[in-house]
Amino acid sequence: MTTPLMQVSGLGMTYPARRRGAGIKAVDGLDFEVRAGETLGLVGESGCGKSTTGRMLVRLLDPTAGQVRFQGQDISTLSQRELRPLRAKLQIIFQDPFASLNPRQTVQQIISAPLRAQGLPKEQQVKEVRELIQLVGLAPEHLERYPHQFSGGQAQRIGIARALATRPALVVADEPVSALDVSIQAQIVGLLERLQRELGVAYVFIAHDLAVVKHISHRVAVMYLGRIVEIGDKEQVYANPAHPYTKALLSAVPLPDPAAERQRERIVLLGDPPSPANPPSGCTFHPRCPKAREICRSEPPLLRLGSGSGERQVACHFPED
Amino acid sequence: MTLLEVRDLAVEFNTPDGVVKAVKGVDFSVDRGQVLGLVGESGSGKSVTSLAVMGLHRGAKVTGSVKFDGTELIGAAPEAVRKLRGRRMAMVFQDALTSLHPYFTVGDQIAEAHREHFGSSRKTAWARAVEVLGDVGIPEPARRAGEYPHQFSGGMRQRAMIALALACEPDLVIADEPTTALDVTVQAQVLDLLVKLKDDRGLGIIMITHDLGVIARIADEVLVMYGGSAVEQAGADTLFTAPRHPYTRGLLDSLPRLDSAGEELHAIPGSPPSLLAPPPGCAFHPRCAVYATTPHQGCTAQRPPLVAVATAHRSACSHPEVTG
Repeated sequence: MTTPLMQVSGLGMTYPARRRGAGIKAVDGLDFEVRAGETLGLVGESGCGKSTTGRMLVRLLDPTAGQVRFQGQDISTLSQRELRPLRAKLQIIFQDPFASLNPRQTVQQIISAPLRAQGLPKEQQVKEVRELIQLVGLAPEHLERYPHQFSGGQAQRIGIARALATRPALVVADEPVSALDVSIQAQIVGLLERLQRELGVAYVFIAHDLAVVKHISHRVAVMYLGRIVEIGDKEQVYANPAHPYTKALLSAVPLPDPAAERQRERIVLLGDPPSPANPPSGCTFHPRCPKAREICRSEPPLLRLGSGSGERQVACHFPED
Repeated sequence: MTLLEVRDLAVEFNTPDGVVKAVKGVDFSVDRGQVLGLVGESGSGKSVTSLAVMGLHRGAKVTGSVKFDGTELIGAAPEAVRKLRGRRMAMVFQDALTSLHPYFTVGDQIAEAHREHFGSSRKTAWARAVEVLGDVGIPEPARRAGEYPHQFSGGMRQRAMIALALACEPDLVIADEPTTALDVTVQAQVLDLLVKLKDDRGLGIIMITHDLGVIARIADEVLVMYGGSAVEQAGADTLFTAPRHPYTRGLLDSLPRLDSAGEELHAIPGSPPSLLAPPPGCAFHPRCAVYATTPHQGCTAQRPPLVAVATAHRSACSHPEVTG
């Protein structure tokens, strides 16, 4: 077996408590890998730690526990200076394209910034940027404009061009289409897929929209309250969810099909996701879980291989078959 | 029984850059016990339409007719509309945290609406507030009524907003993206609640959303808007199984699906039109797949009207390949 592109082990993030106390565990002991050229979807509801995780993978946040090995090297403890050459290979796309583009820079300046940081000569920067802008479906005449002159979908294309400028091996995409209109979402999803085919880049695709994640991912990890509760091949996780939370989550998404909606069996979870500041004991999902038993209240379940074929892992004492 | 009848509703705003025609002549009606889904992308005019129905546009030019239970609201005295608003027709907004007042308890805000419209005593109004909070599924309503909005979770706040809308037992509720800010498991709870209110109380609901899944889950009748106009209207089943307008078809084809294997997404090219300088003729023609393959003169000549294409099914497309 070849070494994965990125190997994450025991990754954790504890934000300090405001006054006294143990602090807030936003992310708690994640283990997973990202393989070259694949898309790993990271799904979960607000507060589950998926964005915090994404930021730690590219070291925009320093993890408080665990390791992130990228191309064999542990990047979780490198200094900013040591990180710089690696940044070319490790990029991020944000949710709000306007908030992540400098309003006072032209598109040319924005896209060439990572090339400049890598010390590429000026003429080569210009040449690269012209190629990049066309790669993402815009035209060279757009290069002299400013971000406010673009629509949301176009601005996201600029963010993507910037992320791909240094030909990264891995791009973390944090809710890259959730601020966009439905008809534009499909354009951006299609663009990301095409770029993966052409450039072989791997994505960690973070989103709360389960249908988008299903479409774009090869493998999917489902997070709940800072932990991965299920991870595996997309087909397996979506067709036969093993964790009760995954099952409930999938059944809660309304389908664009009124006839199917009427017949559907829905698992309605009670209450809201709990606060990570005060997580429930044992399995953190137990207060909302329809299958919870005594052991679930006391013992946190570990992520382990589920029954059946494939390499799906699930963190549940009583997984579905 | 028709509760709300909207005819030829148009809304214009004067801006420094020119006149924005946000809504250009929309017709629809809502019956008791019916959910009308208003679906469209940003700038389609769906929210502007709902605010115009509620008489909440200041400084805009609103024309046409909005009849609520037989009473004309366009051109009516603001005081008369104000007496209806919050009493017989109420609104639920997307962001409950900005729509609830942070300085007053949730119970006080609901009680105030009741006192205002019914002149009830503090005690009666408070009891009513506790009652509706219980109705929408807030646990321990008597205690929670005394709490402030920030003490509620997102899902609870949205329930409180719905309770506020229901306090005066309205006949019509306009819900503008009421579940968009919520997590999907909580969204399912809120949608179930709305369906229950419709069934139990015969509430008429206008559900404004961009989410076609939410529409399929809750709407009986659907109006699809694009660039300020209604482009298609049909019963929910018909709209999803036999859409006629190229925009509706495009929208459904561009949707990633949970209920089918990963086929390729067919994006609609381009972006929604500018309302300041809309394209001539049909606002959708620059992005239309049918027009792109066989351009038709009618598409650029004039805005196609919404006409019947089948029983209870109307579409606004004049392209011969679509009209058949």
